[in-house]
Parts: sequence; structure tokens; C-alpha cells
Amino acid sequence: MKKAILYINQFFGQIGGEEKADFYPEIREGLVGPAMELQKQLGEDVEVTHTIICGDNYMGSNTEEAIEIILGYLEDKEFDIFFAGPAFRAGRYGSACGHIGQAVKEKFNVPVISSMNEENPGVEMFRKDIYIFKGGASAAAMRKDIKVMAGFGKRLLNGETLLSADEEGYYGRGIRRQMWLEPSVNATDRVIDMLLKKVHGEPFQTELPIPEQDMVPIASPIKDLSKARIAIVNTGGIVPVDNPDRIQSASATRWGKYDISNMDRLESGVFKTIHAGFDPAAANADPNVIVPLDVMEAYEKEGKIGKVHDYFYSTVGTGTTQGEAARMGREMVADLQEANVDGVILVST
Amino acid sequence: MANLIPVAKTVGSNKMVPTISIPYPLGDPSTSKEEQWKLRYHRVGVALDALTLDTKEQTVFSVKI
Repeated sequence: MKKAILYINQFFGQIGGEEKADFYPEIREGLVGPAMELQKQLGEDVEVTHTIICGDNYMGSNTEEAIEIILGYLEDKEFDIFFAGPAFRAGRYGSACGHIGQAVKEKFNVPVISSMNEENPGVEMFRKDIYIFKGGASAAAMRKDIKVMAGFGKRLLNGETLLSADEEGYYGRGIRRQMWLEPSVNATDRVIDMLLKKVHGEPFQTELPIPEQDMVPIASPIKDLSKARIAIVNTGGIVPVDNPDRIQSASATRWGKYDISNMDRLESGVFKTIHAGFDPAAANADPNVIVPLDVMEAYEKEGKIGKVHDYFYSTVGTGTTQGEAARMGREMVADLQEANVDGVILVST
Repeated sequence: MANLIPVAKTVGSNKMVPTISIPYPLGDPSTSKEEQWKLRYHRVGVALDALTLDTKEQTVFSVKI
């Protein structure tokens, strides 16, 4: 009998939602939440012996400590494979699954399997370290995603021949392996075929894909900060309490800008956060913890900066696709440039 | 300014200053208002200085508080 252990967050661990996101890592014997479905899919040959639960914020803010605690829990456990998630499109959860998966693989040298949606930033961060399967956008895909993770895990444990990343359905790890082609075609013939397709404008599949990284040029430095106009932008959903632009609390497609020219700090009760991805208590009590207008005004008075821009800009970063985020970013930049803003402090949550 | 610096790196941020948490990046509500101010003032100051620096690659700036 082979043994497996599953890592999940506080939500799927049935501890609670955002208010419990600081939940200290815990290991439990047996099956909690998604572990039951995982056990069902793994069948009789693999036993899920333990479920590890950790709050997403705990892992996010105390990563090294959380990893150390969990590795400690695992030290005296026997297991042949480790699962994490599935994390769907939840960015913090995906990142947490990746962090712990990477550490477990490194320390115990067992295969680690997770599942995330392609928009989850955890994919790019950890696809080279662990098996991350292409998963659904939300928990509605739970069964399907677990089935895929379990199926691959079983085949791994049985020592079956594995196919390429694309064929198996996980994100490529950037590992190249030699294989025999069936039917066999010489490299010279293959490359000429590709070249001909290329000249004829036909689609072809390269054998050496170069991954793209979406980098932007580094802005030239501000020469004289004391004359510069600086704006505050945030993805923490700080808005006037009536949310006049009706920015969505998750998967945002809208952004807003709000006049702060007559303020030297953001007051609680006037501004709040509408972000659905974290406990809003702290930011509602003092919005300056996300939009640091109070200290920016102090820097203006001291003369360190020329001027705080009259508006701050806001949207919500949870569940927001990279495509939408990029579009909103471009729209904000156009507006900022029109107002002759020299630099931006972007606070993300 | 971000708590999840590895995420910020992956999505291509060029200048990064760490914050202390996701729900309250710039002021821990379990500390005094004065301490929160100090932390916020320091870290935003680091970010402002970062805007003036001629960096050639993705850079994470270190903070003292």
C-alpha cells in the first residue's frame, strides 16, 4: 500500500474563509475536505493518511516559517507522493501549494502534484518544480481536477510510462527528454518541412519552444524627486464607501480614481475596501494601510517629493485575469501621463 | 509594494519593496498607531527612493522596519 498526503488551505480545510486566512499550519490524520475525493479517486492501492491545512495569508506572510513547520510535521511520516490543492484561480492558494510542494519535493524527494488554472500566478512560479495540472477556474472543477491529479499520481506510483507534459495535461516543466519518433523522420526532413510551412504561412509546431516572459522596460529614474508628482495606485480595492464606480469585489474589470486633493489621510468611514480576497477589517479601520496617503503627504510637506497627485487609483486584484489587469494598467498609465505624473507607488494586496 | 514578492517578480515588476501582509500591507493593526506610521513612513520612503535609482534588472529593495 502506497501512502499520500494532501495540502489544502483554510477554506477547503473547513476552518473558515478570509477571517481565518491566518490559520497556523496543522496536520490531521485522515481525510479533510477535498482529501475525501482524492482518496476516492486514488482507489484501494493508495491511502491518503494525512491532510495538512494552512491559512493562505499565513503561508503568504510567513512563508519560511510555515514551510519549516510543515516539513517538521512530515519528518516522521511515511509517504510516497504529495498532493497540493487543486488551487483553481486562487493566486495565494496556488502560490502556497507551489511553495510547500517545492519544499517537500526537495526535502523528501517524492513526486508532488498540484492543479491550477492557467491564470494562477503559481503556475509560472512553480511549473518547473512540481507537476501542475491544467485546472479549472473555480471550485466547480474540484472533482475533475482531483481526478486528473489522482490518475497521474497512480500511474507515477505504478511506474507506468509517462507521456509529454502536453499529452498528460500538466504545464511543461521546461525539461527536454529524448524520444524515438513513430514513424521516424530525420531531423533534416523535419526542419525542412517546418521551413516550408513557415514560408507558405502555414501553422507549424516548433520542437524547441522558447517560453515568453512578459517583461516591460524599466522606466528611467526620476532625477529630482523634490519636483516630482507621485501618484498612489492600489489593487486592494480601496474606494469611497458607496463604491461609485461599482468596481467588482473579485475578477474586476473596472477601476476608479478618487479625488484626495483636500485630504492628508484617508479616513475610515469615508473610504473602505471592497476587495473580497482578504479580511477587510484592518483596511476598513485605517485605509492608509493600503493607500498610504498620510505618509505621502508628510513626504510632500518635508519636500522629499514635489506633490502627491490629486487622485489615487484603485481596482481589485483577486481573480482578476492578467489580460484584464494589463488593460486596466494601460488605461491608468494613459490617464497618469496626461496629468504629468512622474512616478507611481503601486500597493498590491 | 507587495507582500508576495515572488508573484510580483513573476508578473514582471521591475522595482519591488516588500510589505508586511496581504490585508494590511503597510501597518499591522495589532501594533500601536505610532509603530504603524513608522513602518509605513519607512517603507514608502524606500519605494520613493527606488524611483530615483537607475536599475538594470528586476530589483527587490530591502527594508529596515
